[in-house]
Amino acid sequence: MQNSKSLETLVGLFVVIGIGALLFLGLNVSNLASYSDTDGYTITARFENSGGLKVRSPVSVSGVRIGRVTAIDFDNTSYESVVQMKIGAQYNTLPDDSSASIFTAGLLGEQYIGLQTGASEEYLTQNSELELTQSAIVLEEIIGQFLFSEKEN
Amino acid sequence: MITFLSAIGHSAIATLTKTGRGALFLKQTLTCTPSVLCQPRLISKQLFSVGVLTILIITISGLFVGMVLGLQGYYILSDFGAEETLGVMIAASLVRELGPVVSALLFAGRAGSSLTAEIGLMKATEQLSGMEMMAVDPIQRIVCPRFLAGCFSMPLLAAIFSMVGILGGQLVGVSLLGVDEGAFWSQMQSSIDFYDDILNGVIKSVVFGFVVTWIALFEGYDAIPTSEGVSRATTRTVVYSSFAILGMDFILTALMFGDI
Repeated sequence: MQNSKSLETLVGLFVVIGIGALLFLGLNVSNLASYSDTDGYTITARFENSGGLKVRSPVSVSGVRIGRVTAIDFDNTSYESVVQMKIGAQYNTLPDDSSASIFTAGLLGEQYIGLQTGASEEYLTQNSELELTQSAIVLEEIIGQFLFSEKEN
Repeated sequence: MITFLSAIGHSAIATLTKTGRGALFLKQTLTCTPSVLCQPRLISKQLFSVGVLTILIITISGLFVGMVLGLQGYYILSDFGAEETLGVMIAASLVRELGPVVSALLFAGRAGSSLTAEIGLMKATEQLSGMEMMAVDPIQRIVCPRFLAGCFSMPLLAAIFSMVGILGGQLVGVSLLGVDEGAFWSQMQSSIDFYDDILNGVIKSVVFGFVVTWIALFEGYDAIPTSEGVSRATTRTVVYSSFAILGMDFILTALMFGDI
Protein backbone atom coordinates (compact mmCIF):
# COMPACT_ATOMS: atom_id res chain seq x y z
CA MET A 1 0.00 0.00 0.00
CA GLN A 2 2.79 2.36 0.97
CA ASN A 3 4.53 1.54 -2.28
CA SER A 4 1.54 2.32 -4.48
CA LYS A 5 0.99 5.55 -2.53
CA SER A 6 4.49 6.82 -3.28
CA LEU A 7 4.11 5.72 -6.91
CA GLU A 8 0.97 7.78 -7.21
CA THR A 9 2.70 10.73 -5.59
CA LEU A 10 5.51 10.57 -8.14
CA VAL A 11 3.03 10.30 -11.01
CA GLY A 12 1.14 13.28 -9.59
CA LEU A 13 4.39 15.24 -9.35
CA PHE A 14 5.17 14.37 -12.97
CA VAL A 15 1.77 15.58 -14.17
CA VAL A 16 2.05 18.78 -12.11
CA ILE A 17 5.54 19.54 -13.45
CA GLY A 18 4.40 18.83 -16.99
CA ILE A 19 1.36 21.08 -16.79
CA GLY A 20 3.47 23.68 -14.99
CA ALA A 21 5.91 23.60 -17.90
CA LEU A 22 3.04 24.12 -20.36
CA LEU A 23 1.79 27.06 -18.29
CA PHE A 24 5.30 28.49 -18.19
CA LEU A 25 5.52 28.24 -21.96
CA GLY A 26 2.10 29.82 -22.33
CA LEU A 27 2.48 32.69 -19.91
CA ASN A 28 6.19 33.45 -19.79
CA VAL A 29 7.43 32.59 -23.26
CA SER A 30 4.53 33.41 -25.57
CA ASN A 31 2.33 36.43 -26.02
CA LEU A 32 -0.67 34.80 -24.35
CA ALA A 33 -0.53 37.21 -21.42
CA SER A 34 -1.02 40.18 -23.74
CA TYR A 35 -4.22 38.68 -25.17
CA SER A 36 -5.99 39.56 -21.97
CA ASP A 37 -7.04 43.09 -22.97
CA THR A 38 -10.52 41.94 -23.96
CA ASP A 39 -12.58 44.94 -22.90
CA GLY A 40 -12.18 48.06 -24.94
CA TYR A 41 -13.65 49.79 -27.93
CA THR A 42 -13.03 49.36 -31.64
CA ILE A 43 -12.12 52.19 -33.98
CA THR A 44 -11.34 52.10 -37.67
CA ALA A 45 -8.97 53.99 -39.94
CA ARG A 46 -8.58 53.96 -43.72
CA PHE A 47 -5.12 53.91 -45.22
CA GLU A 48 -4.07 54.25 -48.82
CA ASN A 49 -1.45 51.62 -48.10
CA SER A 50 -1.16 49.68 -44.87
CA GLY A 51 2.25 48.23 -45.77
CA GLY A 52 3.43 45.35 -43.63
CA LEU A 53 0.90 45.95 -40.87
CA LYS A 54 -0.43 42.69 -39.42
CA VAL A 55 -3.33 41.63 -37.23
CA ARG A 56 -2.20 42.05 -33.58
CA SER A 57 0.31 44.75 -34.48
CA PRO A 58 0.48 47.30 -31.65
CA VAL A 59 -1.32 50.65 -31.59
CA SER A 60 0.51 53.25 -29.56
CA VAL A 61 0.27 56.85 -28.44
CA SER A 62 3.45 58.65 -27.34
CA GLY A 63 5.25 55.31 -27.44
CA VAL A 64 2.85 53.59 -25.05
CA ARG A 65 0.92 50.61 -26.37
CA ILE A 66 -2.81 51.23 -25.90
CA GLY A 67 -4.31 48.60 -28.18
CA ARG A 68 -3.89 46.17 -31.04
CA VAL A 69 -4.94 45.84 -34.66
CA THR A 70 -7.83 43.37 -34.86
CA ALA A 71 -8.60 43.24 -38.59
CA ILE A 72 -7.28 44.52 -41.91
CA ASP A 73 -9.69 44.52 -44.86
CA PHE A 74 -9.69 45.87 -48.38
CA ASP A 75 -12.48 48.26 -49.40
CA ASN A 76 -13.67 47.26 -52.87
CA THR A 77 -15.13 50.65 -53.75
CA SER A 78 -12.58 53.16 -52.49
CA TYR A 79 -9.56 50.85 -52.95
CA GLU A 80 -8.29 51.53 -49.49
CA SER A 81 -7.16 49.36 -46.66
CA VAL A 82 -9.56 49.44 -43.70
CA VAL A 83 -7.80 48.76 -40.42
CA GLN A 84 -9.78 47.97 -37.28
CA MET A 85 -8.10 48.34 -33.95
CA LYS A 86 -9.16 47.68 -30.40
CA ILE A 87 -8.22 50.30 -27.83
CA GLY A 88 -8.09 49.46 -24.12
CA ALA A 89 -11.13 50.67 -22.14
CA GLN A 90 -9.08 52.87 -19.82
CA TYR A 91 -7.85 55.02 -22.75
CA ASN A 92 -11.23 56.62 -23.35
CA THR A 93 -10.23 60.28 -23.61
CA LEU A 94 -8.57 60.30 -27.03
CA PRO A 95 -9.73 63.33 -29.09
CA ASP A 96 -11.75 62.37 -32.16
CA ASP A 97 -9.59 64.44 -34.49
CA SER A 98 -6.52 62.34 -33.69
CA SER A 99 -4.57 61.12 -36.68
CA ALA A 100 -3.13 57.67 -37.34
CA SER A 101 0.13 56.88 -39.07
CA ILE A 102 1.91 53.64 -39.77
CA PHE A 103 5.45 53.62 -38.48
CA THR A 104 8.24 51.09 -38.48
CA ALA A 105 10.00 50.23 -35.24
CA GLY A 106 13.66 50.67 -36.10
CA LEU A 107 14.97 50.27 -39.63
CA LEU A 108 13.86 46.67 -40.09
CA GLY A 109 11.45 46.20 -37.20
CA GLU A 110 7.76 45.41 -37.34
CA GLN A 111 5.19 48.05 -38.29
CA TYR A 112 2.77 49.60 -35.83
CA ILE A 113 0.12 52.30 -35.76
CA GLY A 114 1.02 55.51 -33.99
CA LEU A 115 -1.79 57.89 -33.01
CA GLN A 116 -1.13 61.63 -32.75
CA THR A 117 -3.65 63.22 -30.43
CA GLY A 118 -5.66 66.17 -31.72
CA ALA A 119 -7.28 69.06 -29.87
CA SER A 120 -10.98 68.27 -30.12
CA GLU A 121 -13.24 68.17 -27.05
CA GLU A 122 -15.07 65.13 -28.40
CA TYR A 123 -13.63 61.73 -27.63
CA LEU A 124 -13.26 58.61 -29.76
CA THR A 125 -15.90 55.99 -28.98
CA GLN A 126 -16.96 52.58 -30.28
CA ASN A 127 -16.90 52.45 -34.11
CA SER A 128 -15.43 55.94 -34.52
CA GLU A 129 -13.40 56.45 -37.63
CA LEU A 130 -10.12 58.31 -37.75
CA GLU A 131 -10.26 60.86 -40.58
CA LEU A 132 -6.61 61.81 -40.78
CA THR A 133 -4.32 58.98 -41.75
CA GLN A 134 -0.86 58.63 -43.16
CA SER A 135 0.13 55.54 -45.11
CA ALA A 136 2.98 53.23 -44.42
CA ILE A 137 6.30 54.31 -45.83
CA VAL A 138 7.40 51.87 -48.50
CA LEU A 139 11.15 51.90 -48.71
CA GLU A 140 11.23 51.08 -52.41
CA GLU A 141 9.03 54.10 -53.24
CA ILE A 142 11.31 56.44 -51.35
CA ILE A 143 14.38 55.05 -53.05
CA GLY A 144 12.60 55.35 -56.39
CA GLN A 145 11.67 58.97 -55.73
CA PHE A 146 15.18 59.74 -54.59
CA LEU A 147 16.71 58.26 -57.74
CA PHE A 148 14.17 60.10 -59.90
CA SER A 149 14.96 63.50 -58.29
CA GLU A 150 18.69 62.82 -58.60
CA LYS A 151 18.23 62.23 -62.32
CA GLU A 152 16.37 65.52 -62.75
CA ASN A 153 19.13 67.41 -61.03
CA MET B 1 14.23 -13.70 -62.91
CA ILE B 2 11.21 -15.50 -61.51
CA THR B 3 12.89 -15.94 -58.15
CA PHE B 4 13.75 -12.23 -58.12
CA LEU B 5 10.14 -11.27 -58.84
CA SER B 6 8.82 -13.67 -56.24
CA ALA B 7 11.26 -12.26 -53.68
CA ILE B 8 9.87 -8.77 -54.33
CA GLY B 9 6.33 -10.09 -54.11
CA HIS B 10 7.08 -11.94 -50.91
CA SER B 11 8.50 -8.88 -49.17
CA ALA B 12 5.66 -6.68 -50.47
CA ILE B 13 3.03 -9.06 -49.14
CA ALA B 14 4.90 -9.34 -45.83
CA THR B 15 5.01 -5.53 -45.50
CA LEU B 16 1.33 -5.21 -46.35
CA THR B 17 0.21 -7.88 -43.90
CA LYS B 18 2.34 -6.34 -41.18
CA THR B 19 0.79 -2.92 -41.84
CA GLY B 20 -2.64 -4.53 -41.71
CA ARG B 21 -1.86 -6.29 -38.42
CA GLY B 22 -0.58 -2.99 -37.04
CA ALA B 23 -3.78 -1.20 -38.03
CA LEU B 24 -5.96 -3.96 -36.53
CA PHE B 25 -3.86 -3.84 -33.37
CA LEU B 26 -4.38 -0.07 -33.14
CA LYS B 27 -8.11 -0.50 -33.67
CA GLN B 28 -8.34 -3.10 -30.90
CA THR B 29 -6.33 -0.85 -28.59
CA LEU B 30 -8.53 2.14 -29.29
CA THR B 31 -11.75 0.18 -28.71
CA CYS B 32 -10.44 -0.80 -25.27
CA THR B 33 -9.70 2.83 -24.37
CA PRO B 34 -13.03 3.74 -22.67
CA SER B 35 -13.02 0.73 -20.36
CA VAL B 36 -9.36 1.31 -19.45
CA LEU B 37 -10.03 4.96 -18.69
CA CYS B 38 -12.37 3.74 -15.93
CA GLN B 39 -9.41 2.03 -14.25
CA PRO B 40 -7.01 4.94 -13.65
CA ARG B 41 -4.81 2.81 -11.40
CA LEU B 42 -3.66 0.71 -14.38
CA ILE B 43 -2.71 3.89 -16.25
CA SER B 44 -0.98 5.58 -13.32
CA LYS B 45 1.29 2.57 -12.88
CA GLN B 46 2.34 2.87 -16.51
CA LEU B 47 2.65 6.63 -16.29
CA PHE B 48 5.30 5.98 -13.67
CA SER B 49 7.40 3.65 -15.80
CA VAL B 50 6.84 5.52 -19.07
CA GLY B 51 6.75 9.12 -17.89
CA VAL B 52 8.32 9.63 -14.49
CA LEU B 53 11.39 7.52 -15.20
CA THR B 54 11.97 9.42 -18.46
CA ILE B 55 12.01 12.86 -16.79
CA LEU B 56 15.66 12.67 -15.79
CA ILE B 57 17.07 12.11 -19.28
CA ILE B 58 14.63 14.66 -20.73
CA THR B 59 15.64 17.32 -18.21
CA ILE B 60 19.36 16.82 -18.61
CA SER B 61 19.28 16.74 -22.41
CA GLY B 62 16.94 19.74 -22.49
CA LEU B 63 19.30 21.72 -20.29
CA PHE B 64 22.31 20.98 -22.47
CA VAL B 65 20.49 21.52 -25.76
CA GLY B 66 19.33 24.91 -24.48
CA MET B 67 22.81 25.82 -23.27
CA VAL B 68 24.39 24.89 -26.60
CA LEU B 69 21.73 26.88 -28.46
CA GLY B 70 22.49 29.87 -26.24
CA LEU B 71 26.22 29.60 -26.86
CA GLN B 72 26.07 29.07 -30.64
CA GLY B 73 23.25 31.54 -31.12
CA TYR B 74 25.15 34.21 -29.22
CA TYR B 75 28.28 33.87 -31.35
CA ILE B 76 26.34 34.15 -34.61
CA LEU B 77 23.90 36.84 -33.49
CA SER B 78 26.61 39.02 -31.94
CA ASP B 79 28.20 39.33 -35.40
CA PHE B 80 25.10 41.24 -36.44
CA GLY B 81 24.76 43.09 -33.15
CA ALA B 82 21.46 41.31 -32.54
CA GLU B 83 22.22 39.49 -29.27
CA GLU B 84 18.86 40.61 -27.87
CA THR B 85 17.04 38.27 -30.24
CA LEU B 86 18.81 35.29 -28.63
CA GLY B 87 15.70 34.58 -26.55
CA VAL B 88 13.51 34.43 -29.64
CA MET B 89 15.92 32.11 -31.41
CA ILE B 90 16.19 29.71 -28.47
CA ALA B 91 12.48 29.70 -27.67
CA ALA B 92 11.30 29.36 -31.27
CA SER B 93 13.65 26.53 -32.14
CA LEU B 94 12.89 24.68 -28.90
CA VAL B 95 9.14 25.12 -28.86
CA ARG B 96 8.57 24.45 -32.55
CA GLU B 97 11.09 21.77 -33.41
CA LEU B 98 13.68 20.60 -30.93
CA GLY B 99 11.35 20.17 -27.97
CA PRO B 100 8.90 17.77 -29.62
CA VAL B 101 11.44 16.01 -31.88
CA VAL B 102 14.36 15.47 -29.51
CA SER B 103 12.17 14.49 -26.60
CA ALA B 104 10.30 12.06 -28.87
CA LEU B 105 13.61 10.52 -29.99
CA LEU B 106 14.71 10.18 -26.37
CA PHE B 107 11.28 8.82 -25.48
CA ALA B 108 11.57 6.19 -28.22
CA GLY B 109 14.99 5.16 -26.94
CA ARG B 110 14.17 5.20 -23.26
CA ALA B 111 10.49 4.24 -22.98
CA GLY B 112 9.65 2.73 -26.39
CA SER B 113 12.39 0.12 -26.30
CA SER B 114 11.49 -0.93 -22.77
CA LEU B 115 7.82 -1.28 -23.73
CA THR B 116 8.75 -3.53 -26.66
CA ALA B 117 11.09 -5.64 -24.56
CA GLU B 118 8.52 -5.98 -21.78
CA ILE B 119 5.66 -7.06 -24.02
CA GLY B 120 7.91 -9.20 -26.23
CA LEU B 121 9.17 -11.04 -23.17
CA MET B 122 5.62 -11.49 -21.90
CA LYS B 123 4.82 -13.08 -25.24
CA ALA B 124 7.97 -15.25 -25.20
CA THR B 125 7.20 -16.54 -21.72
CA GLU B 126 3.58 -17.14 -22.79
CA GLN B 127 2.12 -14.78 -20.22
CA LEU B 128 -0.11 -13.24 -22.87
CA SER B 129 -1.49 -16.64 -23.92
CA GLY B 130 -1.95 -17.44 -20.24
CA MET B 131 -4.07 -14.34 -19.83
CA GLU B 132 -6.16 -15.29 -22.83
CA MET B 133 -6.72 -18.72 -21.26
CA MET B 134 -8.09 -16.97 -18.18
CA ALA B 135 -10.40 -14.90 -20.40
CA VAL B 136 -8.48 -11.72 -19.66
CA ASP B 137 -7.96 -9.65 -22.79
CA PRO B 138 -4.21 -8.89 -22.87
CA ILE B 139 -4.81 -5.86 -25.09
CA GLN B 140 -7.13 -4.35 -22.54
CA ARG B 141 -5.07 -5.33 -19.52
CA ILE B 142 -1.50 -4.86 -20.79
CA VAL B 143 -1.38 -2.91 -24.04
CA CYS B 144 -4.01 -0.22 -23.72
CA PRO B 145 -2.87 1.30 -20.37
CA ARG B 146 0.68 1.58 -21.75
CA PHE B 147 -0.62 3.16 -24.92
CA LEU B 148 -2.63 5.79 -23.04
CA ALA B 149 0.27 6.49 -20.70
CA GLY B 150 2.59 7.05 -23.67
CA CYS B 151 0.17 9.39 -25.46
CA PHE B 152 -0.41 11.35 -22.27
CA SER B 153 3.14 11.68 -21.01
CA MET B 154 4.76 12.67 -24.33
CA PRO B 155 3.36 16.25 -24.50
CA LEU B 156 4.23 16.78 -20.84
CA LEU B 157 7.78 15.57 -21.43
CA ALA B 158 8.15 17.81 -24.49
CA ALA B 159 6.91 20.81 -22.49
CA ILE B 160 9.41 20.05 -19.71
CA PHE B 161 12.15 19.73 -22.33
CA SER B 162 11.33 23.13 -23.85
CA MET B 163 11.05 24.83 -20.48
CA VAL B 164 14.35 23.47 -19.18
CA GLY B 165 15.99 24.29 -22.52
CA ILE B 166 14.84 27.92 -22.40
CA LEU B 167 16.06 28.22 -18.82
CA GLY B 168 19.38 26.67 -19.86
CA GLY B 169 19.67 29.15 -22.72
CA GLN B 170 18.93 31.95 -20.31
CA LEU B 171 21.62 30.65 -17.97
CA VAL B 172 24.25 30.79 -20.71
CA GLY B 173 22.99 33.84 -22.61
CA VAL B 174 22.08 36.13 -19.72
CA SER B 175 24.19 34.96 -16.82
CA LEU B 176 27.40 34.03 -18.62
CA LEU B 177 27.48 36.02 -21.85
CA GLY B 178 25.72 39.13 -20.63
CA VAL B 179 22.67 39.51 -22.88
CA ASP B 180 20.19 41.92 -21.33
CA GLU B 181 17.64 39.93 -19.35
CA GLY B 182 14.68 42.20 -20.06
CA ALA B 183 15.30 42.16 -23.82
CA PHE B 184 15.80 38.39 -23.73
CA TRP B 185 12.35 37.77 -22.27
CA SER B 186 10.36 40.62 -23.80
CA GLN B 187 11.53 39.92 -27.36
CA MET B 188 10.68 36.28 -26.79
CA GLN B 189 7.21 37.12 -25.54
CA SER B 190 6.45 39.44 -28.41
CA SER B 191 7.63 37.03 -31.11
CA ILE B 192 6.39 33.65 -29.90
CA ASP B 193 2.70 33.17 -30.58
CA PHE B 194 0.71 30.95 -28.24
CA TYR B 195 -1.49 29.35 -30.89
CA ASP B 196 0.93 29.23 -33.82
CA ASP B 197 4.03 28.13 -31.95
CA ILE B 198 3.23 26.55 -28.61
CA LEU B 199 -0.02 24.77 -29.41
CA ASN B 200 1.44 23.45 -32.67
CA GLY B 201 4.40 22.12 -30.69
CA VAL B 202 2.01 20.39 -28.31
CA ILE B 203 0.07 18.88 -31.23
CA LYS B 204 3.34 17.62 -32.68
CA SER B 205 4.33 15.97 -29.42
CA VAL B 206 0.92 14.30 -29.05
CA VAL B 207 1.27 12.87 -32.56
CA PHE B 208 4.80 11.67 -31.85
CA GLY B 209 3.72 10.08 -28.57
CA PHE B 210 0.90 8.29 -30.37
CA VAL B 211 3.16 7.00 -33.15
CA VAL B 212 6.07 5.96 -30.93
CA THR B 213 3.92 4.08 -28.41
CA TRP B 214 1.97 2.42 -31.19
CA ILE B 215 5.15 1.22 -32.92
CA ALA B 216 6.70 0.09 -29.64
CA LEU B 217 3.67 -1.85 -28.45
CA PHE B 218 2.96 -3.40 -31.84
CA GLU B 219 6.58 -4.53 -32.32
CA GLY B 220 6.49 -6.14 -28.87
CA TYR B 221 3.13 -7.78 -29.51
CA ASP B 222 4.19 -8.95 -32.97
CA ALA B 223 7.68 -10.12 -31.96
CA ILE B 224 8.87 -13.63 -32.70
CA PRO B 225 8.65 -15.20 -29.22
CA THR B 226 12.33 -16.06 -28.83
CA SER B 227 15.11 -14.11 -27.15
CA GLU B 228 16.53 -13.21 -30.55
CA GLY B 229 13.11 -12.16 -31.82
CA VAL B 230 12.60 -9.84 -28.84
CA SER B 231 16.01 -8.25 -29.29
CA ARG B 232 15.30 -7.65 -33.00
CA ALA B 233 11.90 -6.20 -32.19
CA THR B 234 13.49 -3.78 -29.72
CA THR B 235 15.97 -2.62 -32.34
CA ARG B 236 13.19 -2.21 -34.89
CA THR B 237 11.19 -0.12 -32.45
CA VAL B 238 13.97 2.41 -32.02
CA VAL B 239 14.80 2.52 -35.74
CA TYR B 240 11.21 2.73 -37.01
CA SER B 241 10.20 5.24 -34.33
CA SER B 242 13.10 7.53 -35.22
CA PHE B 243 12.22 7.37 -38.92
CA ALA B 244 8.57 7.96 -38.16
CA ILE B 245 9.32 10.92 -35.89
CA LEU B 246 11.59 12.66 -38.39
CA GLY B 247 9.28 11.98 -41.34
CA MET B 248 6.15 13.05 -39.49
CA ASP B 249 7.95 16.14 -38.26
CA PHE B 250 8.61 17.27 -41.81
CA ILE B 251 4.98 16.71 -42.81
CA LEU B 252 3.60 18.41 -39.70
CA THR B 253 5.96 21.36 -40.07
CA ALA B 254 4.97 21.77 -43.71
CA LEU B 255 1.29 21.69 -42.74
CA MET B 256 1.61 24.02 -39.75
CA PHE B 257 4.22 26.59 -40.65
CA GLY B 258 4.49 26.43 -44.43
CA ASP B 259 1.70 27.68 -46.67
CA ILE B 260 1.53 24.53 -48.74
